[in-house]
Parts: sequence; C-alpha cells; structure tokens
Amino acid sequence: MSVTVLTEAERNPRSRDTRSRRPRRRTSVNLLVGGVLFGIIAVVAILSLVALPFEPSDTTGGRLQPPSPEHWAGTDRLGRDLFTQLMIGARLAMLTGVGAVAIAAVLGVLVGLVAAMAGRWIDDALSSLLDIAIAFPTLLLAMLVVAWRGASLESAILAIGLAGSAVIARLTRVTATRVLAQDFVTASRTSGTGTLRLIRLHVLPNVWPTLIVPLALQFGGAVVAEASLSYVGLGSPPPNASWGRMLQEAQSTVLVAPTAAILPGLLLVATIIGINLLADGLRDVADPTGRTLR
Amino acid sequence: MSAMLEIENLSVHLDGPDGRRLVDDVSFDLADGQRLGVIGESGSGKSLTALAVLGLLGHPLSASGSIRLSLGDGDTVDTVSAPGRRLDGVRGRTVGAVFQEPLASLDPLMRIGAQLAWPLRRHRGFRADALRRAVLDALAEVQLPEPERIARSLIHEVSGGQRQRVAIALALAAEPRLLIADEPTTALDVTVQAGVLELLQAAVENRGMSLVFISHDLPVVAGIADRVVVMRGGRVVEIGDTRRILTAPREEYTRTLVGASRALDDLLPARPAGSDGPTSGGTE
Ligand SMILES: Nc1ncnc2c1ncn2[C@@H]1O[C@H](COP(=O)(O)OP(=O)(O)OP(=O)(O)O)[C@@H](O)[C@H]1O
Ligand SMILES: [Mg+2]
Repeated sequence: MSVTVLTEAERNPRSRDTRSRRPRRRTSVNLLVGGVLFGIIAVVAILSLVALPFEPSDTTGGRLQPPSPEHWAGTDRLGRDLFTQLMIGARLAMLTGVGAVAIAAVLGVLVGLVAAMAGRWIDDALSSLLDIAIAFPTLLLAMLVVAWRGASLESAILAIGLAGSAVIARLTRVTATRVLAQDFVTASRTSGTGTLRLIRLHVLPNVWPTLIVPLALQFGGAVVAEASLSYVGLGSPPPNASWGRMLQEAQSTVLVAPTAAILPGLLLVATIIGINLLADGLRDVADPTGRTLR
Repeated sequence: MSAMLEIENLSVHLDGPDGRRLVDDVSFDLADGQRLGVIGESGSGKSLTALAVLGLLGHPLSASGSIRLSLGDGDTVDTVSAPGRRLDGVRGRTVGAVFQEPLASLDPLMRIGAQLAWPLRRHRGFRADALRRAVLDALAEVQLPEPERIARSLIHEVSGGQRQRVAIALALAAEPRLLIADEPTTALDVTVQAGVLELLQAAVENRGMSLVFISHDLPVVAGIADRVVVMRGGRVVEIGDTRRILTAPREEYTRTLVGASRALDDLLPARPAGSDGPTSGGTE
C-alpha cells in the first residue's frame, strides 16, 4: 500500500468545525433555572407521597385563614390547609405531565414511524387521520373521554395524551422521512442493516432531539389542560384537587383571601416556565452538533 | 473472468401518473476485478443507477429490467426483483458504497467507532476485544492518524478529508466484492482529493475488488478506470476502454466531454490506460 502523507487540512481536525451557534452560557443558565424550578415542584410532588402537613380532608383550621406559622398558605373556605392542597396539586400536575407525555411520545412516535416507513397508501391514510386529529380541540376530546369513562384524573391524562400524540406523530413522520433520505441511512443499509435495527441505530436517535422541546411544551400544556378541565369540573374531584380546581374554588373568595387564588396560579406558571427552560437546555445537550435536521 | 455485475435494460421511473423515466434502458456489465468509470453531466442518472444496483431506490422511484450481482459462490442476486430481506442479507458482503458528501454519509449523533463496529460485527463476526481492535485497524487502514481518538469522535469533529476516509473505511468494513464510489472526491478540497483517490485505488487493488467509479470529472475517471460508460439524460451514450474513449470517442457528446478536458491531453502519453496513480497532480 502506498504511503500517504496527510495534508494540513486533514491533519488539523477541527479546522472546518461548525460548532453550535447557540452560546453555551445561555444553555447552562436555562438548564440551571429550569432544573431548579422544575426540581422544586418535583420534590414537593414526591414529598406529598411521603408526608403531608395535614390530612387533605381535615377542616379544623378555621375558614379562609391568611398564611400563618401553622398554615403556611392559609386555609380554604372549608377550613382545609391550603399548603397541603398545593402539595397534592404538585403531585397531580407531575402525574398529568408525565402520563400525558408518555402516551403522546409512545403512540406518536409509533404512528409517525409507521407513516414514514410504510408505503404511500398507509402514509396518506395516516396523514389525513392525523390532520383531523390535530384539528380536533383537546377540550372537546377530553369531554368525550370523560363522557365515556367518567371524570377522573386518568380520563384527563388519556385525553390530553391522545390529543398530543397526533402532533408528535406528524412531527416524527416529517423528521423520520428526512432522516431516511440521508446518505448515512443509505450507507448503513448498504452494509446490510435491517429495518428494525435501522430505526434503533439511526432513526430514533436522530428524531429524538427534535421531539424533546415539543414534548416538554406538551408537558406544560398538559398541566394547563388538566387545570382547565378541573376548573370546569371535569378533572379529579376534591379533596385531592389539582391546582385548576383550587383556582376555581378560590374564585368566589378572591377578594377576601387572595393567596388561595394566587399561589396555585404561581405554581402553575413556575412549572411551565421550568419545564420549557429545561427543555431548551436539554435539546442542546442531546444534540451536541447543534445541527439536527429540524 | 466472470461477471461481477450485469445490468440489462435498466430503467428507473417515477411512480405516479406521468411516470417520467429518469434512467432509460441502460445496459452494461463489469467483470470481476474490473474498474468501471461512469461519467456524465449532472442529472444524467448516474446516482440513480448506483442506487438501483444497491437495491435502494426509495418511495417515488422504481426500477425495471435486471441487475445481476455475483455473490462470489457462483450464485447471483437480482437487486431489481429480490425482496428487501434477501438484499439486507447480501449487501455489505457483496457491495459497499461511498457517497459524494462525507458529512451526510455518517450518522451525526453516533461515534465513528460505533458506526464502524456494526458491519464488522455483523459480517465478519468480531466481538468484544477483537471487535475493538478491528475498528482501530479499519481506521488505520484508511491512513487515519490517531485511530483511538477518531473512533471516539463524532463525524463533525473531524476534517472533510478525514470524514471521507472514515466513509471509505465504513464501506470496506464488510469486505465487499464490489465498491461503488459516487463522486467520492467532488465535495473535497483539491489538495485532499488526490490522497482520497490514491487510498481508494490502493484499497481496490489490495483487496482485488471491482469498482464502479462515478464522476463528472473525466481526468479523474481516466486515472482510475479501465473502462468508461458515458451517460446523458438517463441513457448510455457510449461504452469503451478508457484509452479508446479518450483518444477516439465515437459519439459527438463524448467528443465534447473530452474536448472540455483538453488539458488532460498533455498528461496522456505518460499514462497508459489502466495504470495507477492519481491524475491530478495534487501534492499531499
Ligand atoms: N427522488 C427523486 N424524485 C424525483 N426525481 C429524482 C429523484 N432522484 C433523482 N431524480 C431525478 O433523476 C435525474 C437523475 O438523477 P441522478 O441523481 O441520478 O443524477 P446524477 O447523474 O447523479 O447527477 P449529479 O452528477 O448531479 O449527481 C435527475 O433529473 C433528478 O432530478
Ligand atoms: Mg449523483
């Protein structure tokens, strides 16, 4: 074999490197702030499983008390401890987010991959179905599910997850189609990679970074949607009420006891901002090239 | 000598109502160990022909005719009609491919070592430590410095010329009997091109592989191929020995191609057809 001396361009590996265009510092600030906000809510949610300051149905606190050393967030109009309810609300919010996102991710990625890899007929059929599903209002879908299964947290999660899966499916289809058209897929198939292995090795890892942010947005959206459902009485019934239910109950007394309305609202906002910042930071970590096929 | 590849009346057309023919009734063959150049302007159907040989024409495209690939044991497979699963089994060992854009031909999110490991594992049965060594050997064979570091890198962390060397290592990993190189140097700096060509040539020679070398650069093809197929508008214009095509083109179109690279004439007397060495005088 002939001896080849390397050129300068070959010897200097990073000479034409295209680094992430996003400044690293912003990434870490996003990760930090998002992580802290989201982390606090998550820790509170977990703590609520271990111990609560009061029984959720304990009405001995006196009605509509302002925050005090005993009742950190005051009490509601039945004398129940609001801090306890906020903790339970955090648990329900996490459960809703995780559940809905899990349903949306699994179902959406599955349908999207099938559409991307199947023949034209299946692809066309699935795509039209997805268009209809996406146009369908989440709340309406939720009401149908509630009518079918009764008002419960699970109904809400199922409905929100189903609605989200259509969006994820369409996104997966588009990105997977683009990945499949890449030369590296052709190269990999040339070396005999079968369909399933191709999905696992190349398609999923390359589709995944584009799904992180939408899924995180859906987490926030799911928490808000569940709050809306609870607000109109279609969510989890008291005393294990979500923040949405708390908002609704505090509505009539907002002038005398504003903390009961402000606190669940603040937590709702903190959760959503936290998950969004976290998602932004995570995307940059998941995609070190900063050049994912978007 | 037996045939490595026999293409008969290959057409590639778009599915759908208009069904445009992008490759039209192409036939040529390639003997075992031969090096064939395919040349033609942009859009002449070179890449589609290559994809058809690999049996990898996607969704809106389909092929008719026949493409017989020799499997080396006297058996052949028709990549036009064979089902996908059968092709998954024979690709890699039979045919490998290098593409124009090295950055696109490697997975951006997978370490180079991991990408190389898969064909070595699947087709040559390496495991554990032997597999790790085989990956490093494969990188060393394509003359990459610091194989350990490159194996750990992502593709965007190495230079353009190094990327194409990695892509070549990947194509060679399963020890194919036929290598298809689709404009492997077009995207590279002139200074790097010669080195990559030399490497390809050495690999083909050492392994006794057959080669289909696609390019629209006549001097480059002349330096590497024994025989040349000239394509235009999806059809074969002319087939012949490299020297004959260069010195006595029969078709008008071939004459214009040869004329366009007239500068080559000065190099010709010193380079009998089928000889080795890069044509462009790039010093590496
Ligand atoms: N997926 C596709 N859908 C529709 N048309 C296609 C598709 N792929 C290729 N074509 C068309 O087929 C023709 C031949 O394409 P091909 O890629 O084989 O050209 P080529 O000879 O490789 O050109 P180049 O030198 O630019 O690489 C072109 O006109 C191209 O537009
Ligand atoms: Mg091409």
